[in-house]
Amino acid sequence: MQRSDLSREDATEVTPSPELDATIVRRLGDMGVSRRQFMASLTRMASLLALPPSMLPQLAMAATSPTKPSVVYMSFQECTGCLESMVNSFAFKGGGTIENLLLNVVSIDYQETLMAAAGAQAEHQLASSTAKSGYVLVVDGSIPASANSGYFVSGGRSGAERFRSAAANAGLIVAVGTCASFGGLPKADPNPTGAVSIKDMMASLGIAKPLINVSGCPPIPEVITGTILLYLASGMPALDTLLRPKTFYGRTVHSHCYREESFEDGPRVKAFDDAASRKGGCLFDMGCKGPVTKAACSSIKWNQGLSFPIQSGHPCMGCTEPNFWDRVNKGGKKGFYVPLAGSYDD
Amino acid sequence: MTIANIIIDPVTRIEGHLRIQAYADPDGHGGGTISKPALSSSTMVRGIERILQGRDPRDAWSFTQRICGVCTVVHGLTSVRAVENAINVKVPKNADYIRNMMIGGQFVHDHVMHFYHLHALDWVDIVSALSADPTATATLAKKNNPNYKPNNGLLPDAAYFQAQINKLKTGLVNRGQLGLFANGYWGHVAYKLTPEQNLLLTSHYLEALGWAREIVKLHTVFGGKDPHPSLVVGGMPCTLSANTGAVSEDNGGTSLNTAGLAAVKAALDRMKSFVDQVYLPDVLLVARGYKNWADFGATAGNFLSYGEFPDPALVRTEMVDGAIDYPAGYLFPQGVIWANDLKRLMPFDQAKVTENVAHAWYGGSTAALHPSVSTTTLQYTGPQPDQPDYMLDEADRYSWIKSPRYDGKPMEVGPLAHILTMYARNTLATDRLVRKYVDTYWCGTAANGGLALPFAKLNSTLGRIFSRMLETKIIADQMAGRAAISNWSIPAYAGWYPLFYANRSGKYFNPKAFTVLASPSTLPDKVGFGFTEAPRGALGHWIKINRTTGMIDHYQCVVASQWNAGPRDGAGAPGPYEQSLVGHKLAALDKPLEVLRTIHSFDPCIGCAVHVLDPEGQPLVTVDVSHLGRLV
Ligand code: SF4
Repeated sequence: MQRSDLSREDATEVTPSPELDATIVRRLGDMGVSRRQFMASLTRMASLLALPPSMLPQLAMAATSPTKPSVVYMSFQECTGCLESMVNSFAFKGGGTIENLLLNVVSIDYQETLMAAAGAQAEHQLASSTAKSGYVLVVDGSIPASANSGYFVSGGRSGAERFRSAAANAGLIVAVGTCASFGGLPKADPNPTGAVSIKDMMASLGIAKPLINVSGCPPIPEVITGTILLYLASGMPALDTLLRPKTFYGRTVHSHCYREESFEDGPRVKAFDDAASRKGGCLFDMGCKGPVTKAACSSIKWNQGLSFPIQSGHPCMGCTEPNFWDRVNKGGKKGFYVPLAGSYDD
Repeated sequence: MTIANIIIDPVTRIEGHLRIQAYADPDGHGGGTISKPALSSSTMVRGIERILQGRDPRDAWSFTQRICGVCTVVHGLTSVRAVENAINVKVPKNADYIRNMMIGGQFVHDHVMHFYHLHALDWVDIVSALSADPTATATLAKKNNPNYKPNNGLLPDAAYFQAQINKLKTGLVNRGQLGLFANGYWGHVAYKLTPEQNLLLTSHYLEALGWAREIVKLHTVFGGKDPHPSLVVGGMPCTLSANTGAVSEDNGGTSLNTAGLAAVKAALDRMKSFVDQVYLPDVLLVARGYKNWADFGATAGNFLSYGEFPDPALVRTEMVDGAIDYPAGYLFPQGVIWANDLKRLMPFDQAKVTENVAHAWYGGSTAALHPSVSTTTLQYTGPQPDQPDYMLDEADRYSWIKSPRYDGKPMEVGPLAHILTMYARNTLATDRLVRKYVDTYWCGTAANGGLALPFAKLNSTLGRIFSRMLETKIIADQMAGRAAISNWSIPAYAGWYPLFYANRSGKYFNPKAFTVLASPSTLPDKVGFGFTEAPRGALGHWIKINRTTGMIDHYQCVVASQWNAGPRDGAGAPGPYEQSLVGHKLAALDKPLEVLRTIHSFDPCIGCAVHVLDPEGQPLVTVDVSHLGRLV
């Protein structure tokens, strides 16, 4: 198998462009961010997004635009894990972090977990933010297919109706998390509430809008914010057949996994805390789904590159893939500790 | 039905989907007083317990973890403990130390974020902060947070606060895009802090976001990511790295290498210093401005705690003794308080826990049933959505939350229950420490930095906020270690991290967990009970494993916010949220800020509270668990 280190290659491709026009530099000053800090953040982000250097001015323009694009973030059948993850990226810390820029870049006009307004004032905020067109609608959670079921009601309105009216004027819909992207946990067998993904809900409501799926349970923080920034800077990113940005979902966890040598040559882990596990042996026999899971966990990793599930000793659960809760493995069995069917030798 | 004249739907700055209806006697000036119990309803379900039937018990933690992405560790761990209890397997000391730190880290993270990001805007007027005098704010910061130096290692000065004002103005106000701060109750007469106090707390709101991102690294090292870190039945999946250096293809290794362990230590130190330097003094600052909130928000005075943070030092033989078997060794006691009587801490008996669905959208018996047998044949009979005049009726069924009861009574769970049970027990050093802190900060004189409030008023909106801060302090010190406090006769404590570190080459996993599950016929014939004290309170899971297939037959969760946010029971007794709102005086019924203050003081987590479902008319979801009757 051909293996390459994508992150290393990309880093050499991107060199910061020194050209920032005067308007951008002035706006940065207003935001309390120095040109140097800004370029450093931008370069880091661009390398994460695998953008060519020629795109940097566009990214800079998006990041300092005088009116911030509006983001309306709505939650349905979810667990708030996606937002928790995103907050790890959307920090205000320091002046030059990309997170701070993102805070200044977009205006989050509706987000129930964080917004000050409540009740009638929150509903008013939702109505006014979705009256103008062109906002980015971020959605987490699946939605019960039947509006009358009572399985999701908020402000007296069903999930389907809340979604329909919020989507009406949206310029782009981003389904964040595996529940919104593919139905996720609520849709797991036997799907007690008749939950559907955002894509299926759009189809049944006849909504034709651009959609990006950012799957993961939850997705990596920078994958969520990076996707939004990528869109603002350069329009619709290249997507895979499951509508996920190829930048983040182009490779399997296995293809970048640092344990891949022992996948081929052993010794593989046979039980948690055995000698092979302390050496960092391959977790395939413990049920690892890395070979069939497209995600950036083994390259970008989590919480500023600190670790990812395999590095912390647990097999990959495959959480960025559709129906991962119900994947049938070796011996026709479901389960996160049941090895994949097939050998995946390459 | 009384038509509610106060409706908050959606209740924001919580986890999940909650509707509050209340009725106030109008005062003729737009305000009024709530004179009877309110109505608390959750309006979203997913059906997680149903989804668990027939699945591998080893997988259950990852499903229940998704009950809530905020309480992610505790729901996973409660499941792991329920399975370990069902199969009689004990875990190594290191697993208990790491679990304690993961739960403890979650407490510190959740409580601090709750105070600043979910609750503060009920007390802090951001618009007022914009008119603060930066020099006076710097003077206040020096007095209130003398050891906190976010200004490149220095105390924040006038220029620092001016920059904060500019950041808010250029980032939000000047562009006319207030974003998350749009449409709050700014300027409401119930806001009492000065512009400088508002600016200081707004600064800390912003800084706490950056802090939170750093401290979750503890979960990333031990669990690989956060939220939803990895766990395993039988111990922990992480283990000490054979390679102390960075992981690599050539050298392998795990996250528990030199750098990973240093990151854990750094996260714990950051937790401790932020709690001491910022959170604790800020809670006292807010409390001094709102002392009258010790007069509102009391519940009936019945408190329940399952117990949490077992002391792994009590384990004698690894894999045979388990710390969890020693209730006396729990940092938070296992126990029950009735009618505010702190002289008697009654023992907890899990057989006395029941669930009642008389006012919830579930069919089947409306009798109180133990979770190991409670049926889940359920149906939505509420009003149709998308119609005008959507209104819930407290005489009818009105929520997806069941009403849990202990010995037939509604109970308050959470920080106030933890602090009161520790106060009542008064045996461990940490119990005595709780007494000293309450005496000093809550009851003590203003001259000595106290609030000069009567002890009995801890059962209140303000007391809940105070207790949440106090338990955070106790836990942060327990993780990182605590020096002796000689004038209070409190001995030093090494701390879970140093104790784990000294034992780090020991075991992390008991392989028996997976081997016994592979031969289910040898499993004991019992219902497994797993419990945790979550940041929001008592959390229990009950599991029955099939002894032929080895798969899950029955799974039931009774969670913290269910205790607090549940509806009326068959006898009409309201749940704690509903009860706590009686007596609230509102300045303006159309801006019910006062109601939010008390509801938020419980830190609602509604995704947690609702996890069961059974759509009407679909036989596949009618769960027959009558055969389990013999198990209790
Ligand atoms: S099977 Fe899993 S642990 Fe093994 S190399 Fe692939 S991704 Fe890594």
